[in-house]
Amino acid sequence: MSDLNTLTIAEARDKLRAKEITSLELTEACLTQIEASDALNAFVHNTPDLARDQAKAADTRLGEGDAPSMCGIPLGIKDLFCTKGVPSQAASAILAGFKPEYESTVSQNLFDAGSVMLGKLNMDEFAMGSSNETSTYGDAVNPWRRDNDDAALTPGGSSGGSASAVAADLCLAATGTDTGGSIRQPAAFVGITGIKPTYGRCSRWGVVAFASSLDQAGPMTKSVRDAAIMLEAMCGHDPKDSTSADLAVPNFEAMLTGDIKGKVIGIPKEYRMDGMPEEIEKLWANGTAMLKDAGAQIRDISLPHTKYALPAYYVIAPAEASSNLARYDGVRYGHRAKLEHGDGITEMYEKTRAEGFGPEVQRRVMIGTYVLSAGFYDAYYNRARKVRTLIKQDFETVFAQGVDAILTPATPSAAFGLGDMSDADPVQMYLNDVFTVTVNLAGLPGITVPAGIDKQGLPLGLQLIGQPWEEGDLLNTAYALEAAAGFVAKPAKWW
Amino acid sequence: MSIDKDTAARVAKLARIRIEDEALPALAEEFNTILGFIEQLNEVDVDGVEPMTSVTPMRLPRRKDVVTDGNQQARVLSNAPDAREGFFAVPKVVE
Repeated sequence: MSDLNTLTIAEARDKLRAKEITSLELTEACLTQIEASDALNAFVHNTPDLARDQAKAADTRLGEGDAPSMCGIPLGIKDLFCTKGVPSQAASAILAGFKPEYESTVSQNLFDAGSVMLGKLNMDEFAMGSSNETSTYGDAVNPWRRDNDDAALTPGGSSGGSASAVAADLCLAATGTDTGGSIRQPAAFVGITGIKPTYGRCSRWGVVAFASSLDQAGPMTKSVRDAAIMLEAMCGHDPKDSTSADLAVPNFEAMLTGDIKGKVIGIPKEYRMDGMPEEIEKLWANGTAMLKDAGAQIRDISLPHTKYALPAYYVIAPAEASSNLARYDGVRYGHRAKLEHGDGITEMYEKTRAEGFGPEVQRRVMIGTYVLSAGFYDAYYNRARKVRTLIKQDFETVFAQGVDAILTPATPSAAFGLGDMSDADPVQMYLNDVFTVTVNLAGLPGITVPAGIDKQGLPLGLQLIGQPWEEGDLLNTAYALEAAAGFVAKPAKWW
Repeated sequence: MSIDKDTAARVAKLARIRIEDEALPALAEEFNTILGFIEQLNEVDVDGVEPMTSVTPMRLPRRKDVVTDGNQQARVLSNAPDAREGFFAVPKVVE
């Protein structure tokens, strides 16, 4: 059977259970596509042997009956996840050659459910970036192109390889991580679904840390149903992550009824930015109308501190990163600079980190160092943490007034060209996350769903933000939006 | 607040990242752009607001103070750039 790689998780599960296909056939179909996809630079470490072994084991388990939904499903895993014996570099030169001796909890959960790993996926270095242009592996490329224009576009970032691989049907789904929008922005740029769950839903253990109070893993999939299935397999309490929530994981898929009658959807006026492209405005209005037609109640709301989310983020995230990335010292793993005669330990640290970290990572580590340094800690870091409290209170206020979910655009634009931002100052790139970063600061679940095509033929996404721990309800609202939007477009194959 | 070349050098030193002298002015300028963006936070009235420590209301769990694993020296050292005789090796620290 051909084109097995284009199946959704739900379709593949049903065919696997009905013995119409085997996991090995499904896996081979994906491996064949991956081999022919070098131009996308999505997969950066391939694990075909492991994949075949896992697929065979999954087929045995399926044969015995009662296998979980994710059993036999071939996935791509973002390079940020430590995978035992398989290179895990966070797309950084400083982790060149690093092969973890352990498995991240999220990837272990997926393997325990019978999933197959095809390989590791490209990303921005240490997940710092919005275009996958800071990777030591080079840019990942968006399978979408503008009409009549073969300029290479960004798949977004930081989970750019995950986005590209899923949109190009190289795998059935992929893991992503999201610190300021790194699942939701790339998902929107390639026309797929991506959910960042509530902070604490997915264990952070074994995921290379960027900003620990903001980082969350989540699935990037071809449909909302797939997101529900895969998220359930990824999350769960983990004593090895002290911020992991000790809460039962619901059957998210069973909550997809598509019935959102009476649900209150908030439309935040602060997300109507100056200079927002008309197409994004229109997409948002269309999405609002779709939810209203599906029976939801639309309510204008205010989240007054929205404007301060990005500046607060660019204090808190670099501060945490400067601390987290202190461990890359050339002693325990990864790269160590060649030293000259007479160099001591300080030279070893300084040279190793100068060689190993790319420019954006260096910039953020130094900004973080500055805002945490004596004399500036209160003015920057503590002030940002207070603003974060206010941002969270904004959401709590509207949720307390009965709002079930909030609808916003996912990104301020469609995918832009690789290299287009190279002359811009760093802040211009940071603005990509303007609609997504509030969600991380408030610890909330957020999902993006593809909802339209712009006039150049590129996908655009909408974001839904839910109440804490209400991923099931959020997924159901997204499911209704997905059904109404009817987005089925795929990129024309050029790679 | 404006960051000059000397401040940029001091931050780089604190962060243990070697920056060549000629790269410092451009770096200082980038810092100023980013910090200029961050300065917006000064517009917010934060009087009486608690700085956030945990985004979800939770008490950090405690565990018993016992050894939970160990005896894996080879695995701990397996990724070290320089491991000798069961230790991480580094340049001479003490004369």
